[in-house]
Amino acid sequence: MIKLLPLIALLFSLNAIAEPRATGDLGIVIEREDGNALIINTTEHKRLAKIEKLGDLSHASVVFSRDQRYAYVFGRDGGLTKIDMLKDAIDKRIIQAGNSIGGAISQDGKLIAVSNYTPGGVKVFSAETLELVADIPSDYGEGLRSKVVGLVDAPGQRFVFSLFDAGEIWMADFKNPKAPVIKKFPNIGKQPYDALMSPDGHYYIAGLFGEPGLALLDLWNTEAGVKHILPDYGKDDEKLPVYKMPHLEGWAVAGDYVFAPAIGQHKVLVIDKNTWELHDTIAVAGQPVFVMARPDARHVWVNFAFPDNHQVQIIDVKDLSLHKTLSPGKGVLHMEFTPRGEQVWVALRDDNQLVVYDTDTLQEITRLPANKPNGIFFSSRAHKIGL
Amino acid sequence: MLVMTAVLAKAGLAGEPSQERQSTLRNMLNHDCGACHGLTLKGGLGPALLPEVLAGKPDDFLISTILNGREGTAMPPWQPFMNRDEAAWLVGVLRKPEH
Repeated sequence: MIKLLPLIALLFSLNAIAEPRATGDLGIVIEREDGNALIINTTEHKRLAKIEKLGDLSHASVVFSRDQRYAYVFGRDGGLTKIDMLKDAIDKRIIQAGNSIGGAISQDGKLIAVSNYTPGGVKVFSAETLELVADIPSDYGEGLRSKVVGLVDAPGQRFVFSLFDAGEIWMADFKNPKAPVIKKFPNIGKQPYDALMSPDGHYYIAGLFGEPGLALLDLWNTEAGVKHILPDYGKDDEKLPVYKMPHLEGWAVAGDYVFAPAIGQHKVLVIDKNTWELHDTIAVAGQPVFVMARPDARHVWVNFAFPDNHQVQIIDVKDLSLHKTLSPGKGVLHMEFTPRGEQVWVALRDDNQLVVYDTDTLQEITRLPANKPNGIFFSSRAHKIGL
Repeated sequence: MLVMTAVLAKAGLAGEPSQERQSTLRNMLNHDCGACHGLTLKGGLGPALLPEVLAGKPDDFLISTILNGREGTAMPPWQPFMNRDEAAWLVGVLRKPEH
């Protein structure tokens, strides 16, 4: 019996280590100033772990492996960190560039692509080892290299991205990862600042900062080239200052309409998806930053640039009216819906908090502490095209 | 060089913002300016704002860029949120190696 005791103790400890954890309802919250990633549970509203030393996360985004075990964090300083959400630990970490903006995971989950400002271009890595697979410099003329924005995955093992300085969209086919085939679409408009992919992988749309409108690429018909839509929108109106660049993420589609932030106007654009013409505009509290549809698309949630970033407004898609204005706290930077949309998590940078709302009653459910949170990313993104 | 130091000192002293205001301005620098120029000011969509990058640029030019923005770029005017003395103070902060 005495001899058995250590064995029993060992069995108990093994059991503790092997305590199973599912990852389908987990998420990552970025603490921008400290350079940390929090692993959170969206069902229990709990912080599970803090992963530290991820570098400069003043602008950060996250994608998930298709098994939802790993989170890939793209940092401002070119850091790419692979977090193991089962072990609450960094699995691998590299510095792949000097200054980067975001990333994407390929359709088959085997490649991670990162879009870089300095040196401009896209680098593609093995999702497993983070070894370099391909390097695509964003050259667009003699000695000119563009900042790259709006990088997303597309069906057919492709990545699509936009060149801010060059005004181009590039599509890279990675069916053969050693020899990617790149198709370039020049003259798509001035200064594309971000882009999105429709959830069905059909349309890629880049927002333009340097001129009115958006650039539309139909992936079912790339031969037709890029179409400049809404070229006249706001042309004659005074452009209001933009204190934070909008993000085009989480394509907000409801029925026939697409919702997008106007630039330099305190409005949300409602675009007809059949004609790609402006259907309506909805006046809102400030320069919209994120315009995101609840997963069932009944409501569209909008947050704002400084100095209106203490509010969130909710648009009722049924009659394209303003449904409600919430004041969650200071510095609303990001929102993330639970997979089926019954709750939404909101990051309050200047209040050092996360607040969770019931999206039906719009009542607050709980608040969790987080130091200067800027981005919230749930593992359900693993199975969504373009996220 | 002496003249420049004197000018800098003057810019700093002219209307030094209150402690509370300084902390608001620093927060603005880190997070709102930092949204484009990076938390560490090494640049992003906007250019880097490190002392060595700003070294050749006169105070007046930088103050005016902050207050009025820059045409044809994404830099907006910050005049609604700060006065000239505060912009001058921010330029002083940017010129210091550590801030």
